[in-house]
Amino acid sequence: MTNAARQKNNDAVSGTGSDDEQQYLTFIMAGEEYGVDILAVQEIRGWEATTVIPNAPEYIKGVINLRGTIVPIMDLRSRFSLERVEYSPVTVVIILKVETERGERVMGIVVDAVSDVHSISDSDTRNSPELIEDLNTEFIRSLVSVDDNMIILLDVQRLLTIDRQVIDQAVDVVADTDNDKEKDKE
Amino acid sequence: MSIDLSQFHQVFFEESFEGLDIMESSLLALDLTEVDAETINTIFRAAHSIKGGAGTFGFMQVSGFTHVVETLLDEIRAGDRGIEQDHVDLFLQCVDCLRGLMSDLQAGSEPDMTQADDLKSKFEAILAGGEVVAESAIDTQTGNQDISDGSTDDSGEKGWKIEFIPCEDVLCTGNEPYRMFRELQELAEEGEGNGLEVIPHLERLPELSSMHPEMCYISWTIIVRADIELSEIEEIFEWVVDDCDIRYQRLSECDLSTLETHQAVESSAEVTDIVVIDNADTEQEEINTVPLKTPVISEKIEKALEESAVKIAPKVEKKAVTKAAENTSIRVSIDKIDGLINMVGELVITQSMLGQLGQEFDVSRLQSLQEGLSQLEQNTRELQESVMKIRMLPISFAFSRFPRLVRDLSKQLDKEVELVMLGENTELDKTVMEKIGDPLVHLVRNSLDHGLESVQERTDNGKSRAGTITLNAYHHGGNIVIEVKDDGAGLNKERIRKKAIEKGIIAEDEHLTDSQVYDLIFQAGFSTADVVSDVSGRGVGMDVVRRNIAELNGSIDVSSKDGEGSTFSIRLPLTLAILDGQLVRVGEEVYIFPLVSIVESIQLEKSMLNNITGNQFVMQLRNEYVPIVSLQDIFNIDGEKKDLEGAMLVVVEGDTEKVGIVVDELLGQQQVVIKSLEQNYEKVDSISGATILGDGTVALIVDISGLNNKSSENKSEDQTQAA
Repeated sequence: MTNAARQKNNDAVSGTGSDDEQQYLTFIMAGEEYGVDILAVQEIRGWEATTVIPNAPEYIKGVINLRGTIVPIMDLRSRFSLERVEYSPVTVVIILKVETERGERVMGIVVDAVSDVHSISDSDTRNSPELIEDLNTEFIRSLVSVDDNMIILLDVQRLLTIDRQVIDQAVDVVADTDNDKEKDKE
Repeated sequence: MSIDLSQFHQVFFEESFEGLDIMESSLLALDLTEVDAETINTIFRAAHSIKGGAGTFGFMQVSGFTHVVETLLDEIRAGDRGIEQDHVDLFLQCVDCLRGLMSDLQAGSEPDMTQADDLKSKFEAILAGGEVVAESAIDTQTGNQDISDGSTDDSGEKGWKIEFIPCEDVLCTGNEPYRMFRELQELAEEGEGNGLEVIPHLERLPELSSMHPEMCYISWTIIVRADIELSEIEEIFEWVVDDCDIRYQRLSECDLSTLETHQAVESSAEVTDIVVIDNADTEQEEINTVPLKTPVISEKIEKALEESAVKIAPKVEKKAVTKAAENTSIRVSIDKIDGLINMVGELVITQSMLGQLGQEFDVSRLQSLQEGLSQLEQNTRELQESVMKIRMLPISFAFSRFPRLVRDLSKQLDKEVELVMLGENTELDKTVMEKIGDPLVHLVRNSLDHGLESVQERTDNGKSRAGTITLNAYHHGGNIVIEVKDDGAGLNKERIRKKAIEKGIIAEDEHLTDSQVYDLIFQAGFSTADVVSDVSGRGVGMDVVRRNIAELNGSIDVSSKDGEGSTFSIRLPLTLAILDGQLVRVGEEVYIFPLVSIVESIQLEKSMLNNITGNQFVMQLRNEYVPIVSLQDIFNIDGEKKDLEGAMLVVVEGDTEKVGIVVDELLGQQQVVIKSLEQNYEKVDSISGATILGDGTVALIVDISGLNNKSSENKSEDQTQAA
């Protein structure tokens, strides 16, 4: 879904509040609250065992059978380089669906817990500070405060479609520059 | 009220392609010594419906072109003109050309009219009494668009004089001349000094007492003063052109004073006679001069094109396929649908029976529950089979192109060939059919070029003059077998051997079995042809054939007898959606191997094992050395390393090489439905897809040929590391 299309959808759905308000589903991960566009959420499920994909990146936990469709599951903690936790019966998988050039793409993300649904106006959002030079900021659309809590709004499109090779290269580059820095220190 | 016609475009294209197929096969079936009127009629009908449809949907390029074709056909049909071999050739070229135009239109791109215009002018030349222009002009793609009825003539008054003599029952067919005049007026109104003049001719008007109210006795001369194309006028008369006599003439070319002394032209509803007076003589000259200059250049261009085409071809082909695949449909016979509906009805009955049983179940009725379940199983299987059958088409769809191909090629190679096709009603999945077409073409061309000897050679060896190529298709087990057989000289083992040694594929003293020798022809870049012709001999082909067939999970075998010919048999699964799989367990994961690629499964013994270079093991399997790979290593599956001794080994054969794969356990065999992994994720190395097992979990299907490549990659990596 392009941004324009998404905006259009939102206009059609969100009857409440002013025109530029969007609804976000928020979830908790490592104490922080994240939000995704509620229209991209297909369903919320409990964690179930997956079939491992050989030689997949660490954050891809495998694939599950979702009513006949093969759906890959991504661990968002490991994607954001957060500390790993044991999965429990309350671990939640949010199934996200986005339109891409290649057609519809469905993927699940593993999070700690689902929190709330907020209506957020676009004008209230702030861009994330530019000083964070990190790969993970790629996925962050904006920041917003709701009742004095900061919510990180994620760009679902990017999260699901970003090319793995690009990331790997980026990681390599980051690693290389880190090495260079260390060398400089020496 | 306007209707969106574009929704019918797809149907039109499909019908037109069918029509073209009919035209082609009828043309090929045409016996020139004894022309069958019905065959001509069939060809005419097909051309006519294409023209009508194209006109309706506004594809004027197609309708305009088909119109000239049809005109000549009509003359032949009416017996005004005999049909000659040249005509047949020209019609066949038209079929090709139309096919190209249609594909362009279907893909939504502007069709390339160069060839069409070329052919069109040739037709017009024939119609005007000329001869078919020399063959060499056909392939010259140099544009001569201005030969066609473009308004190149600037001198004199712009506009057209139309003589319109409708048949008497024109009003009964719902065609109102007044409406056409109105449309003409609309055309003529745009611009200054333009206008429309309609002069009625009442000569044929009978006495009032004998006049029929629904008959049209009037003919007209119409003068359109406007700068318009002939095609625009033709469009208006599209639907009456076959029943009426219409003549067009440029105003600049006709003497307006003759109008007054106009004489009514006799016409009948039977005879269709359209003469396009359009500088026919000058055209003839132009056409004749063009070929003289172009052959040398075009030959060079063609050569260069051919070179590059070899490299580009696979890419382009792929593109075309994906484009066409976007919006294809399938025709299903009503019998199949009825069968399906019956089957679903039975399923519903079984379901309700089971539902009833479930509501008031006790152990005493276990027997009937089991019966119900087995009935359900049977229903499900039957339903699955008939759903699969919907995708099945008779293989004649793939075979139908060969009569033409063989005819053209045999002419080109100067060989006499008889094509025999057997088992044309054998059914095959549509996707498999689409992908098997090209490999089959390769094989048939090869048989024609390399397999069959020249007429001289055949008569010298006491064989019949004409060689025979047999295409045969039949079901065998769960597979379909397609054979391409020729009665030529057979594969020359010595020559293949020599060539292979020359190319360094085998060592000089290497001993090979017959089948190993035959196998060599599938190597990339291998060709025994001494002369590279444009038919074959470049060494691309057989390896592509094998790869394409492997992609379809099939295999190809060769058998050959000296002096008696060779046979290529392709073995294919009936469908791509379902696969016979062997389930294996590695660690905690279940994987599926395609059953076709499994050679055997054995338990490893120490005596069979050999260790080379430290961690690469090979196994001696009878007189072969088979490398051993561990799925655990390749897929990086967690779990403790096990000793190779006593391990379960599945020997598989991918493209060519055998590999032994170590697994933890062999589970059952079952049919699995292939699901895409790429749809929501991405292509995974050595995995061809996924499936869902009976318990609802996902299992991955191993891509054996991908695995083969991977293991050899690993090997070379190890070597470089060691170095």
